[in-house]
Amino acid sequence: MNGKLKRLRIGLGCAAVLVAGVSAASYANGARQKTASDGTGTQVKIDNFTFAPVTLTIPVGTTVQWVNRDDIPHTVVSDDKSTIKSKALDTDENFSYTFTKAGTYSYFCSIHPKMTGKVVVQ
Amino acid sequence: MSDKKKDEILYDHNHDGIDRRGFLKCMAWAGTGTFCVIKGGVLNSYGLSRIAEMDPADMKGELSFAQISDSHMGFNKPANTDVVGTLKAAVDKINALKMQPEFMLHTGDISHLSKPEEFDTVDQILKGAKPKDIFYVPGEHDVLNDDGKQFLERYGKGSKGAGWYSFEKKGVHFIGLVNVMNLKAGGLGTLGHDQLEWLEDDVKHLTKSTPIVVFAHIPLWSVYPEWGWGTEDSAQALTYLKKFGSVTVLNGHIHQTMQKVEGNVTFHTASSTAFPQPQPGKADSPGPMKVPAEQLRGLLGITDVNFVRGQQALSIVDSSLG
Repeated sequence: MNGKLKRLRIGLGCAAVLVAGVSAASYANGARQKTASDGTGTQVKIDNFTFAPVTLTIPVGTTVQWVNRDDIPHTVVSDDKSTIKSKALDTDENFSYTFTKAGTYSYFCSIHPKMTGKVVVQ
Repeated sequence: MSDKKKDEILYDHNHDGIDRRGFLKCMAWAGTGTFCVIKGGVLNSYGLSRIAEMDPADMKGELSFAQISDSHMGFNKPANTDVVGTLKAAVDKINALKMQPEFMLHTGDISHLSKPEEFDTVDQILKGAKPKDIFYVPGEHDVLNDDGKQFLERYGKGSKGAGWYSFEKKGVHFIGLVNVMNLKAGGLGTLGHDQLEWLEDDVKHLTKSTPIVVFAHIPLWSVYPEWGWGTEDSAQALTYLKKFGSVTVLNGHIHQTMQKVEGNVTFHTASSTAFPQPQPGKADSPGPMKVPAEQLRGLLGITDVNFVRGQQALSIVDSSLG
């Protein structure tokens, strides 16, 4: 078993806590879109069927960008399937979401549900 | 040791005509352009080069159909930049079969990104196939962004729920199941309560001797849960099929041939017509596997299935496009 899969398994073991109904949150879907907060610390890379980092901790108001580096489409969908919901991201496409409320947001790829991740908003 | 001797079943613990070594050997061969036949519950494996030596009468049945899977139209990455060409090659392969299949099954991932033009291209290519009836179930790539609405409009006429249905052909009962909808975080493929209830009702009135063929995209057996290669509630579905003497389960999704015989149930996965995926756990992820160009078509293929009345299991022949 390789390291990535181990990390994924640990991610699955974490309790899923979801904060729903973040009405003020905004999100956008687009190809190669740059956000103001593009860079380390606010980007989640999707590579080899894994979200990295699997847990991202950010302050309230941060826009997080997911970018798909795989040859296969993936999605970013919160466990409640409504708070965060991206369209299918093809290779190199990205998706951004601004977290306006503190809480722990668990999400997964709705195409490959073994892929899970978490954003902790403080 | 002669070839025949090598292929003898040494440890048949389940009395199902297959031992672990034989199964693994078949798996290994399947990836290198060979095919396996299950007849009367017994696994027979042959090199592709021997297909010409086989007596067509041995293969002849009362019902013959072909399965194709995972055409992923729209995929254009290094693992295969010509999925149109390989799907056409699959159609040519089917059209060249000595015994013409009466119909075809497509076990999902018709498209790569659920785009209308991807479905259109596949429809156009499959018009060139001699069998005119094609039965579909969706893969997860066919229901992106719209919860499967487009798939149902195109292929789901007369189906129930998310696209499940059954039909009869020459006394064989076929069941198309959908296990790619409403997937839950951390989970596997899912059939769901409504579909399971429908399945129980669908087979309730059939006699035990009715041969059953179930087809769905994601394997209905636990191939490799770490990569999501399995279905959460498939065990429940299989309990409804326990009473039948012959059950054949045909799946796609994993882009390689694999089979398992458990009691009266034969599980089989078909190759993709688009790109191969790694063997379970043999890579960092189940992503498309790039192989040397000359090896690609040997890892893609079609499946030909024959039903012979009086025999317990259907005969399943995988052949590569190479």
